[in-house]
Amino acid sequence: MKPAPFEYFCPDSIDQALDLLSEHGDEARILAGGQSLVPAMNFRIQQPAVLIDINRVPDLDYILEEENVLRIGAMTRERQLEFSDLLSQQAPLLHESVPFIAHPQIRNRGTIGGSLVNADPAAELPALMLALNARLKVRNNSQERWIEAPEFFIGMFTTALEADEILLEIALPVMAERTGWSFMEVAPRSGDYALMGVAALVTMGEDGKCEGAKLVYLNAGDGPLEAKEAANILLGEKISDDLIQSAAEHGSEHEITPFGNVHASPEFQRHLAQVLTKKTLTQAVRRAEERKQ
Amino acid sequence: MTRLRSVAITVNNQEYKREVEPRMLLSDFLRHELGLTGTHVGCEHGVCGACSILFDGESARSCLMFAVQADGHAIRTVEGLSADEDHLHPIQQAFWEAHGLQCGFCTPGILMSLIPFLEKNLDPTEEEIRHALSGNLCRCTGYQHIVDAVKLAAERMR
Ligand SMILES: Cc1cc2nc3c(=O)[nH]c(=O)nc-3n(C[C@H](O)[C@H](O)[C@H](O)COP(=O)(O)OP(=O)(O)OC[C@H]3O[C@@H](n4cnc5c(N)ncnc54)[C@H](O)[C@@H]3O)c2cc1C
Ligand code: FES
Ligand code: FES
Repeated sequence: MKPAPFEYFCPDSIDQALDLLSEHGDEARILAGGQSLVPAMNFRIQQPAVLIDINRVPDLDYILEEENVLRIGAMTRERQLEFSDLLSQQAPLLHESVPFIAHPQIRNRGTIGGSLVNADPAAELPALMLALNARLKVRNNSQERWIEAPEFFIGMFTTALEADEILLEIALPVMAERTGWSFMEVAPRSGDYALMGVAALVTMGEDGKCEGAKLVYLNAGDGPLEAKEAANILLGEKISDDLIQSAAEHGSEHEITPFGNVHASPEFQRHLAQVLTKKTLTQAVRRAEERKQ
Repeated sequence: MTRLRSVAITVNNQEYKREVEPRMLLSDFLRHELGLTGTHVGCEHGVCGACSILFDGESARSCLMFAVQADGHAIRTVEGLSADEDHLHPIQQAFWEAHGLQCGFCTPGILMSLIPFLEKNLDPTEEEIRHALSGNLCRCTGYQHIVDAVKLAAERMR
């Protein structure tokens, strides 16, 4: 199908974009990569009266490191994340998960900001933001504010962003010392949205005990889901296969609420969650130990 | 109808100026405004890959962009691949020889996705080839011959 008619603006500064957004309010949508918005418009699921295309606003795509914080501009394409040496060194968890997002042609256009604002529960980047303690910088035409990832994602396709705000930047700490990472998912075909996905981070102390652990699931509820209790099972302990098994059982049985879809029942999703938790934790622990030496 | 906008879009090294409605998809612009029907439209929501073109040298879905967004940019379509009517591009030649197509509906999108892929890597592994093809659906050839064609093309282009 074809999109319904709309009025099109193509501002060349962020201030102009913000003024247009505050003028048109709920009627308007920001157009970033268009890889979620345009399909929805083609289906007429979305019929915004006004589109504000921010592809010609300069300086919104960058990946920088400043004082152990990585700063990523909202219009940075998924493809730029995939080929960033800085990310591969300082945020390998994020870097490794990007090729799981859609296909090369989609990643060439799709942006990190668009994926986060879209807040699809099955999307990779929202889950990664939770795992990496990201903060998001948003602005309207009078003020700027920072939102922590857990407060940003408030439900299915729903975020804390107000109708007059634009997401500008994502900030995340570089990966801590002695920390290992892992991201895995199961999808029907390469590039499809995952049936289940898990991001794991584990920090191992000098004494061989676990000092920190984080587990985040995607497509496991109405937004990215952190399994805090499962991660806590590992804290302060020497890691064994049995311990990993208990964490995986706890996370997949008690801390996620998958809905199922045409490809997978909720039970199968829980099964996948358990298997993937075991695999990601095992890989993360191994990598943490390698990085200690 | 919303206000028409003027665009100047370079397609296969030739500049075209047109007045378009903002909601016109780039795929429809190429096919209906310019008559370049080599760019196919299968699903119009980004899944099938038949409409893939090059946008400033990188592969993209033309059904997920508006023509107004291409104003001032360079597009390359399957019509721009061969040097002249008598010579196919090495990728096209390889698809012909290795039976990389049957009905050919998916082929333009596949070729346009492979151009930037092979520009970066003329010695791809089978896994890399399959990953590069993951965004293009073929309903009749089966992917094996397509993978063979990519290998043949890479070999010839090295
Ligand atoms: C075939 C296909 C497969 C896909 N598979 C996956 C997948 O496996 N995993 C996955 O995660 N994603 C997948 N995607 C989605 C893809 O990653 C999208 O690019 C991404 O979700 C949205 O990014 P975008 O830049 O294209 O945003 P757009 O589509 O432009 O925008 C999405 C929404 O966010 C708003 N928005 C965008 N940027 C901003 C901003 N800076 N400030 C405020 N609002 C903003 C828009 O108004 C819109 O409501 C797939 C898409 C397709 C077409
Ligand atoms: S027509 Fe564009 S991806 Fe199918
Ligand atoms: S050759 Fe017919 S769809 Fe691919």
